[in-house]
Amino acid sequence: MTIWDLHCHPASFGGRTPEESMAELVKLADRMGVERLCIYLSTLAHTDPTADQLRQHNDYILRCVNHFAHRVFGFVYVNPNHVQASLDEINRCVRDGPMTGIKLWVARRCNDAAIDPIIERAAALKAVIFQHTWLKTGGNLPGESSPMDMAVLAARFPNVPLICGHTGGNWEIGVRAMRPFPNVSVDLAGSDPTAGFTEMAVRELGARRVIYGSDTGGRSFSSQLAKVHGAAIPDEARQRIFSENLKEMMLPILRAKGVRL
Amino acid sequence: MNARQVILDTNVSLSRYPFRRLPLDETPKLVAKLKQHKVTRALAGSFDAMLHHDLGAVNERTARECKEYGGGILAPVGCVDPTQPDWREELRRCHEAYRMTAIRLHPNYHGYTLADSAARELFADAARRKLLVQIPLEMEDERTLHPRLKVAPVDWRPCAELAAVGPTLRLQILNCRLFPAIKAKNVWFDFSMTEGVHGIRRLTDSVGTSQVVFGSHAPFYYWESALLKVTESGLDAAALCETNARRMLGELP
Ligand SMILES: [Zn+2]
Repeated sequence: MTIWDLHCHPASFGGRTPEESMAELVKLADRMGVERLCIYLSTLAHTDPTADQLRQHNDYILRCVNHFAHRVFGFVYVNPNHVQASLDEINRCVRDGPMTGIKLWVARRCNDAAIDPIIERAAALKAVIFQHTWLKTGGNLPGESSPMDMAVLAARFPNVPLICGHTGGNWEIGVRAMRPFPNVSVDLAGSDPTAGFTEMAVRELGARRVIYGSDTGGRSFSSQLAKVHGAAIPDEARQRIFSENLKEMMLPILRAKGVRL
Repeated sequence: MNARQVILDTNVSLSRYPFRRLPLDETPKLVAKLKQHKVTRALAGSFDAMLHHDLGAVNERTARECKEYGGGILAPVGCVDPTQPDWREELRRCHEAYRMTAIRLHPNYHGYTLADSAARELFADAARRKLLVQIPLEMEDERTLHPRLKVAPVDWRPCAELAAVGPTLRLQILNCRLFPAIKAKNVWFDFSMTEGVHGIRRLTDSVGTSQVVFGSHAPFYYWESALLKVTESGLDAAALCETNARRMLGELP
């Protein structure tokens, strides 16, 4: 099986520099059979980053990408509370740089139309659009999107491919919230390896809309790989989830950048 | 990891999780998965013990299920609730009637803490009977619990003191997300919920290399998670998969 990981945070790997952290991340990826890694964020500290902080995060990821271009894809961190700064960062890191996706986290809920210029710019560049979502029993952060917020965004952009990060964590609800929106794929990363998650996602959305990711270093590779290795699904579906879906989603921007796999 | 390495899984559960069906929640299916991966023994509690009042019936079913469908690898683990009337009879049956070597407690679902006197009495009795006492700190991530049944994780901190009840008390903490600073020869941890970069190494650093044992929390979790963690850790697979657990069970010196 070829495995690409949609969701990694090299900064949790404890090196003194981005290059050292990446080296450690790649060492573990090799051990676990993961070929390519999508990376974003330099720390998990800035949930509502300023324009300066966005640049710092993205500079860190640019260094990682520059040293491990054959293994990683960088996603630019953006914040809908700073739309112009976000557009500038998309231009700097994706249009004029090597990055291939955008990461939206917990600064502002994605049901809010303030996010639209960011989605439009990313879509125009064919960048992969990743939006974190959770639906926590104890309540979300104020700016944290739920899968139901994601549904509102998905309805506004029916022709733009979007990724629902974490499938909302409470995946039985998240899968259902995404079901009516064929433009949305779900990310398996960053929740406990609760048995049945992947089977339900495949049953309700089809294997083409399900993407493996780990959220390592917040998580291990192992618990997240197990969601796919351990699922009772056909091997063809497993391969789709492990890499083919992400590959297909990324192919247009890779072609546009002249990257050959 | 050596392909011939056998595994002693200290953390599986039978019957139905209260809030969803799981792909392997029928015992023969779980046993087939375990055998496929060279599990030669698994300590099997019951999901029923979380919320059922009639623990006598739960324990009887667990013992029977292991005998009838356990394929020779399931060792039944009973549950005792020390806040219930006549709980000592439940403990006696676990030990004498069902020949169990371990009990599994659910203090957070049964409404007591490890510091309560009821818990201490149970620990003392379990120690006299040389039963291993397993305590899952939680059964599911708090963030995904059913909104009408929010159960906070067990506070592990009294464990450090309980470990001193006597050298014959053997405690095993299951489903622990933390890296507790307990170094005691009679307290063990499984790594079913251990996460993050080099998670198992962090756990062995904090509780001791000999105190960490294999636990999958299957069928609630995909069983493969625990197996892959052994590979990812790069640590001594024989110790993590087998010998530490056999020492915990008193089978190796
Ligand atoms: Zn993440």
